[in-house]
Amino acid sequence: MIHSLFLVNASGDIFLEKHWKSVVSRSVCDYFFEAQERATEPENVPPVIPTPHHYLISVLRHRIYFVAVIQSEVPPLFVIEFLHRVVDTFQDYFGVCTEAAIKDNVVVVYELLEEMLDNGFPLATESNILKELIKPPTILRTMVNTITGSTNVGEQLPTGQLSVVPWRRTGVKYTNNEAYFDVVEEIDAIIDKSGSTITAEIQGVIDACVKLTGMPDLTLSFMNPRLLDDVSFHPCVRFKRWEAERILSFIPPDGNFRLLSYHVSSQNLVAIPVYVKHNITFREGSSQGRFDLTLGPKQTMGKAVESVLVSSQLPRGVLNANLNPSQGTYTFDPVTKMLSWDVGKINPQKLPSLKGTMSLQAGASKPDENPTINIQLKIQQMAISGLKVNRLDMYGEKYKPFKGIKYMTKAGKFQVRT
Amino acid sequence: MTDSKYFTTTKKGEIFELKAELNSDKKEKKKEAVKKVIASMTVGKDVSALFPDVVNCMQTDNLELKKLVYLYLMNYAKSQPDMAIMAVNTFVKDCEDPNPLIRALAVRTMGCIRVDKITEYLCEPLRKCLKDEDPYVRKTAAVCVAKLHDINAQLVEDQGFLDTLKDLISDSNPMVVANAVAALSEIAESHPNSNLLDLNPQTINKLLTALNECTEWGQIFILDCLANYTPRDDRESQSICERVTPRLSHANSAVVLSAVKVLMKFMEMLPKDLDYYGTLLKKLAPPLVTLLSAEPELQYVALRNINLIVQRRPEILKHEMKVFFVKYNDPIYVKLEKLDIMIRLASQANIAQVLAELKEYATEVDVDFVRKAVRAIGRCAIKVEQSAERCVSTLLDLIQTKVNYVVQEAIVVIKDIFRKYPNKYESVIATLCENLDSLDEPEARAAMIWIVGEYAERIDNADELLESFLEGFHDESTQVQLQLLTAIVKLFLKKPTETQELVQQVLSLATQDSDNPDLRDRGYIYWRLLSTDPVAAKEVVLAEKPLISEETDLIEPTLLEELICHIGTLASVYHKPPSAFVEGSRGVQHKRLPGSAGSGESVDSPDPGSAAGASEAPPAVIPSQGDLLGDLLNLDLTPPTTTGPPPAPSSGMQLGAMDLLGGGLDSLMGAGFGAAPAAMPASFSAPVSGGLDDLFDLGGGVGMPMGAYSPPKTIWLPAMKAKGLEISGTFARRAGVIQMEMTLTNKAMSVMTDFAIQFNRNSFGLAPAGPLQILTPLSPNQSIEASLPLSTVGPVMKMEPLTNLQVAVKNNIDVFYFSCQYPISMLFVEDGKMERQVFLATWKDIPNDNESQFQIKDCHLNATSNKLQGSNVFTIAKRTVEGQDMLYQSMKLTNGIWVLAELRVQTGNPNYTVSTLIFGV
Repeated sequence: MIHSLFLVNASGDIFLEKHWKSVVSRSVCDYFFEAQERATEPENVPPVIPTPHHYLISVLRHRIYFVAVIQSEVPPLFVIEFLHRVVDTFQDYFGVCTEAAIKDNVVVVYELLEEMLDNGFPLATESNILKELIKPPTILRTMVNTITGSTNVGEQLPTGQLSVVPWRRTGVKYTNNEAYFDVVEEIDAIIDKSGSTITAEIQGVIDACVKLTGMPDLTLSFMNPRLLDDVSFHPCVRFKRWEAERILSFIPPDGNFRLLSYHVSSQNLVAIPVYVKHNITFREGSSQGRFDLTLGPKQTMGKAVESVLVSSQLPRGVLNANLNPSQGTYTFDPVTKMLSWDVGKINPQKLPSLKGTMSLQAGASKPDENPTINIQLKIQQMAISGLKVNRLDMYGEKYKPFKGIKYMTKAGKFQVRT
Repeated sequence: MTDSKYFTTTKKGEIFELKAELNSDKKEKKKEAVKKVIASMTVGKDVSALFPDVVNCMQTDNLELKKLVYLYLMNYAKSQPDMAIMAVNTFVKDCEDPNPLIRALAVRTMGCIRVDKITEYLCEPLRKCLKDEDPYVRKTAAVCVAKLHDINAQLVEDQGFLDTLKDLISDSNPMVVANAVAALSEIAESHPNSNLLDLNPQTINKLLTALNECTEWGQIFILDCLANYTPRDDRESQSICERVTPRLSHANSAVVLSAVKVLMKFMEMLPKDLDYYGTLLKKLAPPLVTLLSAEPELQYVALRNINLIVQRRPEILKHEMKVFFVKYNDPIYVKLEKLDIMIRLASQANIAQVLAELKEYATEVDVDFVRKAVRAIGRCAIKVEQSAERCVSTLLDLIQTKVNYVVQEAIVVIKDIFRKYPNKYESVIATLCENLDSLDEPEARAAMIWIVGEYAERIDNADELLESFLEGFHDESTQVQLQLLTAIVKLFLKKPTETQELVQQVLSLATQDSDNPDLRDRGYIYWRLLSTDPVAAKEVVLAEKPLISEETDLIEPTLLEELICHIGTLASVYHKPPSAFVEGSRGVQHKRLPGSAGSGESVDSPDPGSAAGASEAPPAVIPSQGDLLGDLLNLDLTPPTTTGPPPAPSSGMQLGAMDLLGGGLDSLMGAGFGAAPAAMPASFSAPVSGGLDDLFDLGGGVGMPMGAYSPPKTIWLPAMKAKGLEISGTFARRAGVIQMEMTLTNKAMSVMTDFAIQFNRNSFGLAPAGPLQILTPLSPNQSIEASLPLSTVGPVMKMEPLTNLQVAVKNNIDVFYFSCQYPISMLFVEDGKMERQVFLATWKDIPNDNESQFQIKDCHLNATSNKLQGSNVFTIAKRTVEGQDMLYQSMKLTNGIWVLAELRVQTGNPNYTVSTLIFGV
């Protein structure tokens, strides 16, 4: 199982180590540093690195490498999933997961890691349970603790850990009972030069924020559940009921959680919300290149496309870009060659465009790579797959909760080739 | 106020200050001090000097302080064992605390203190905690057993903790079950043969019940444990599959992949025509696709596993090609894996799309990725024959881009395409030659030189081209030098008149001016060949080459089977069996996929009944099962020299054979035959008599020349199962030497060369006495007769049936396996004639147990003894009793076992009765 954990920052310093079995010398990380040096980009460090006596499995999140050391055959996914869970927990506790935040809360971090893993076996990883065991630091609590000398370690046995609903803490009480569900869909797509779709798929999630008193039992039904044929559920969802009736029935954890994630890959269901007209050319022998880009809405069901951000890695030979946006602002970083254009909202009457020239190194030959255009966008009030919640009911408790459902579509890895 | 303040002490007397604070009377100050100590510890500072002071803080009601002190103890107890003893009492007391949280915490922490003296005190509290009324304590204690086992395995066994742990598998609480399974699995890893996780249908049922209710991590442990179980039949297999399938929708990808492993393994047992089988196949695709939308690290592990899954069951993902298309901001390790899977999924139906993508990738920025994309185009050409033309033109387009590394990579793959489709695309050679100057990498240069040499007759200025390479011969890498040498020799053989000088030059460069032994040796060989027999040289150097196929980059099937059993583990990420790299796995058991009941994959062996009766049982082709293939491939295929002493037991053959035994053959036998008869002598009689039966069968029939009986040839290896090689054969005994006579027929389209043969260990130690003499390459539709002398000094292992012989034949295409049976009479030696007196005495001495009787029908025997003598069955005496002719005969087997027989013939009755007695020497 997981032997040790090292946290390494972007500059290659180990700033935290935790051992669950015997102590492994931090020199084991030298193999990791070697791999890190070889990698051209920080994210290119291979996730599994063999060393003579150990294996290093790492994830990169928030520019921190979480390097786990294992000694025997352990499923790597198990380790990777656990590391992501550690990151999520830190973020949950400290708001952000940065080197500074971890150092600021080092004792809580240590207590958390100790609770999450026992001898390398996961112990308590549900945020509800952890929060019962170790209270998250808040400004108020830190103040109170300092004054009264009390601690942030809970005195109670984490009751939820043994109940049939281990994900929910007991004795939850709210004055305002509310349950919010966000249906968020991300479109991953590759569009080729001519504007036709090569692949397109939707990664959807339903994130919930449930603040309900007691032990509420919820059911959520959809207008078009047939869309969801490839789903991953939070453990609270009763699978049998879903199989039989296509209804989500569950006792929710307290607070924020991801109820389900789904995947729509069938092409005809994936609407492409924007189109891009582009003309990026370099002429042989000339030190100038032309850049011409226009965006327009496509299948948006009448909803506005907002927060559009276009970015592109221009060829290495490009020295500078002199462009003129019809709206928004653009920046070009001559070092990384990254062009990014903050477009904002697309107005269908007046399509945003970015035109101008790029200057190349004098005498350099025409660059041979074609830049790819990356697009980010948001569309409120719509799930692009057409998924719609039918109704949400609550059983098991008497009060009437406030319910809310929000839809949003975003671009995930949305790429246009030129 | 944050914890970062704890990091900012840099003054000299830091430890001293902390010491003072730890001994402070104020609770608050104490706690702050412990926090500072912990903070120093986390960044690797040595604060072990504070041990006694910190331990003093342990006696407290404050839970947080207690936890902090425990953290400290775990870290430093090892370096201060004597001091750690001081803490024992508190631990023992805490294990009795009314609060289960404290009990669990105490037993958990004690397990983490890796000091022998402390572990002794741990046993009693641990025993209590394992039976605690609170499941939280029980589940913590279960893990503690694994900890203790890691520190002192013997102690755990002596104290009987393992049995308690096994009992916990039946615990009412699913979390306790999961932790017990996890602990047992970890312990089992260091005891591969201990059979700790004894899985039977009852425990399986309990595990499946717990599976639905335990945490995600527990589900992983349970699923991994389930994967080790072999269901009794397809119905049990299906019911397990049904109960595991819901796990495919779990949010935790490790749970999903472990479930995939269980399903992939148990699917093997399901009949393919079952509806459920199809349903299951369909259910597997979506979760695998979903894994690819997770974080890149997860994607990487998923892709490595998908790579295995598409090789084993391509049908699962054949429609999902598009999810493997590369996004430009994928990390490089994800890109490369996706590319690999794209090629594996490429088929005629989607090749156009794949090629368009690959061409796109070839213009990306990342050099490694571009190279691999170009290479992938070549692999597509080799895999999908219909697309070859398109691939070649795509490659030519890429060569036109003149991007240096693209051109080089393209040339390397075009060489492979030439080898796969000879005489088809040579028109592009001119284009290739234009780019000669831009090649600076050894592999590309070597590929280009190979092309020039191979097609020297079509390239007008081949000599000039090669000469230009020769100028910098010394600066080239060995790869290029070797290739250049061969290419120039080829050129010389094709155009001898103009290139004499060139070949002289290269030979002298290779033999005199080089200190690389490979190069020198190759140079000398060519030189001698050319000077002694130019015709032979032509045959050797310009011999037709074997075709390459896309199978070259497939994982070898036995390894694949084992890896499928290890889906989701490190082994599956490295595509190596766990035994190859996991530290400390002295005896990792090789896992195998269970065989399907009625499928064609099961072993196709003769059934024991018919095998005993007739020595010419239908040939059994040994499928590449178990380790057979892997180990035989490693065997040195040169047989022992003819007159040498028997091979030492440690020779490669012996080792290989042992592995053969341990690996595939066990299952092979298990599949085909019932339990082997217990005692050697008793089991002997049946096959021996079988052999005799044959012998006598032939007594009538055609007039047979003197000499041992030799059955007619039968087909041992049908062409279908051996990529076009058909082998039929028989055995004969000539002049005291056993001969294996084979007819090899090439029914494939390509020439076969490099034949070699090897036997598995067998009952009489048969082994080739010399190499298989097939000197000329076997052209398509040609047959060749080969006679292989056999010796009986090879390693011995009892086979079932006794005269079964398992043979591996290798040629340039592959290694093939078949089994055949030799007539026992081959083993009768010439000096098998026994003295009459000895015969009589021996006859009486052999216990009746060793006797067997049977009848031979319909034999017309006139000169029985003469004929039998030809087969080394010697008649010792003949007498007539009560109208019966009795013939007494003796035979001696190559391994020194004597067989005595009494043949009773009733006059006028063509039926014989034979009594056989056997004894060993």
